[in-house]
Amino acid sequence: MTVALETRNLVKRFGGFLATNDVSLSVRQGARHALIGPNGAGKTTLINLLTGVLKPNSGQIILGGEDITALPAHRRVRKGLARTFQINQLFGEFTPLESVVLAINEREKIGGLAWAPLVAHTKVVEEAAALLQRFGLADVMGERTVVLPYGKQRLLEIALAIASKPRVLLLDEPAAGVPEEERHEVLAIVRDLPADVTVILIEHDMDLVFSFADRISVLVAGALFTEGSVSEISADPRVKAIYLGEDA
Amino acid sequence: MSSASETLMSSTAGKPETTAMALLRRRNSWRAYEIVLWLIAFAMIFAMPSKALILTEITIVALFAVSLDLILGYAGIVSLGHTAFFGLGAYAAGLFAKHYFAEPVTGLLVAGIASGVLGFVTSFLVLRGSDLTRLMTTLGIGLMLAELANQMAWLTGGADGLSGVIIGPILGQFEFDLWGRTGYIYSLVTLFILTWAARRLVNSPFGLSLKAIKTNPVRASMVAIPSRHRIVAVYTIAAVYAGIAGALLTQTTSFVSPDVLAFHRSADVLLVLVLGGVGYLYGGIIGAILFTLLRDWLSVITPQYWMFWIGFVLIVIVMIGRENLARWHTFLPEPLRRAMTRIANWRPGAKIGGSR
Repeated sequence: MTVALETRNLVKRFGGFLATNDVSLSVRQGARHALIGPNGAGKTTLINLLTGVLKPNSGQIILGGEDITALPAHRRVRKGLARTFQINQLFGEFTPLESVVLAINEREKIGGLAWAPLVAHTKVVEEAAALLQRFGLADVMGERTVVLPYGKQRLLEIALAIASKPRVLLLDEPAAGVPEEERHEVLAIVRDLPADVTVILIEHDMDLVFSFADRISVLVAGALFTEGSVSEISADPRVKAIYLGEDA
Repeated sequence: MSSASETLMSSTAGKPETTAMALLRRRNSWRAYEIVLWLIAFAMIFAMPSKALILTEITIVALFAVSLDLILGYAGIVSLGHTAFFGLGAYAAGLFAKHYFAEPVTGLLVAGIASGVLGFVTSFLVLRGSDLTRLMTTLGIGLMLAELANQMAWLTGGADGLSGVIIGPILGQFEFDLWGRTGYIYSLVTLFILTWAARRLVNSPFGLSLKAIKTNPVRASMVAIPSRHRIVAVYTIAAVYAGIAGALLTQTTSFVSPDVLAFHRSADVLLVLVLGGVGYLYGGIIGAILFTLLRDWLSVITPQYWMFWIGFVLIVIVMIGRENLARWHTFLPEPLRRAMTRIANWRPGAKIGGSR
């Protein structure tokens, strides 16, 4: 089993509050790994540590065998660790086309070129168009992002992460806030993500977790409470008590 | 952009990459107002030769404001000390002409390099902190440089200024004349070339990444943009631009005084950008025209109180809000508005756009 992403004894404190408590997590390559836990369990903090938005107090983060603990966020993306945000983090005045072109430019390391216009980089434009097509965004590629329906914005959120061609993709509640009638579109995209991309899913929606994940880690009060397959976790009475019971 | 894309969609409905190429091509094609602006600016050489001095002043302020727009409008960095680069360029051009070589284009390059070096070094100070920190840091750099120029009288002439600057003919060919006509043409050509280059820059992948950093720095880092590198780069380029603007002032007036480093210049250039609008390059040029004409007009009708009215205008602009001012045309009657939109969106055929 090849490990795609691993944390070793990760600790993050905010003052006296232990947001991440000695988390050692190992995610197999190609896995569909769900991270669940009640509100305030430290899921988002963990994601922020993994992606470099926050620096841990101690512990290590290893991506594909390489220690990335000290790398700034943008370098981790270059190494193949991309994420989406629970609340859309998009470029409001950009068009979806510009946003995706931007992400591909950076991946191809041409984002610093300051002379030729965007359109001159034909390969990038073609790839962007194909990606937007795949995400059902082709017909709105020239609109300003802020005027798009929320479901489309959600798709763009994922498209931007995919444009970086990640080896490991962190999805932070991909369907959060999406109206029912647009939801299936987002879920279909999540389901059809390339099999070789390792996906870590943070989700409240248990139906989505159980239908999508092959492995589940439960986070409680900043610490890893338990980990197992879908059937193990869904059968675990303690998990039901602390988490599922709360929702049901 | 949305209305433009709709019409485009219907005309090229089909393959998404065709649409994408067309959309991006349109994105950097020349707009009608740009062409009109430059035509008028160049026509002024013949239309108003007696106004060459104020036209030159507008051109220099415009270049300075374009420089500030590169960092404020594209990278989102506020500066209260941008005149540090302007002033250094002005002194560099003056000293270079006085002691080494009088040819002005060489002087522009030297001034640009000098300011660029200062920009590169000080860029690391603006990487840190919030807007307030940046305001104070840039203000501090500006004040320090002003005091240096004042105290190093042996080099700069101190408060009396640097006199005895004699500028040779441009490229050894064109002499500066007493009426400032050559000076205007020279400044205008410089502004045109540098605006054209800046236009390429902001429409390039680099420019797009700057806007991304400004709009959403969190997401920008999550699409792998090395924000610090990009900010250092654009800050340095903006410093080069400001230095060249300062050099133009020296070369067209044959004089440098500590006024080129005065705080009011940093404030004025911000005001110019607020007047003209931030983040589309031409705000600096349009703002420079409005600001210089307004100041000129006010200082004639109320010689004692013109600063009062400049302040008043500034407050009005801020109170009404830039957004409302920027969409003033939306308050016009419908037919007029539609006509304006059509003019604003009109571009020459895709052939011209494609080669840009």
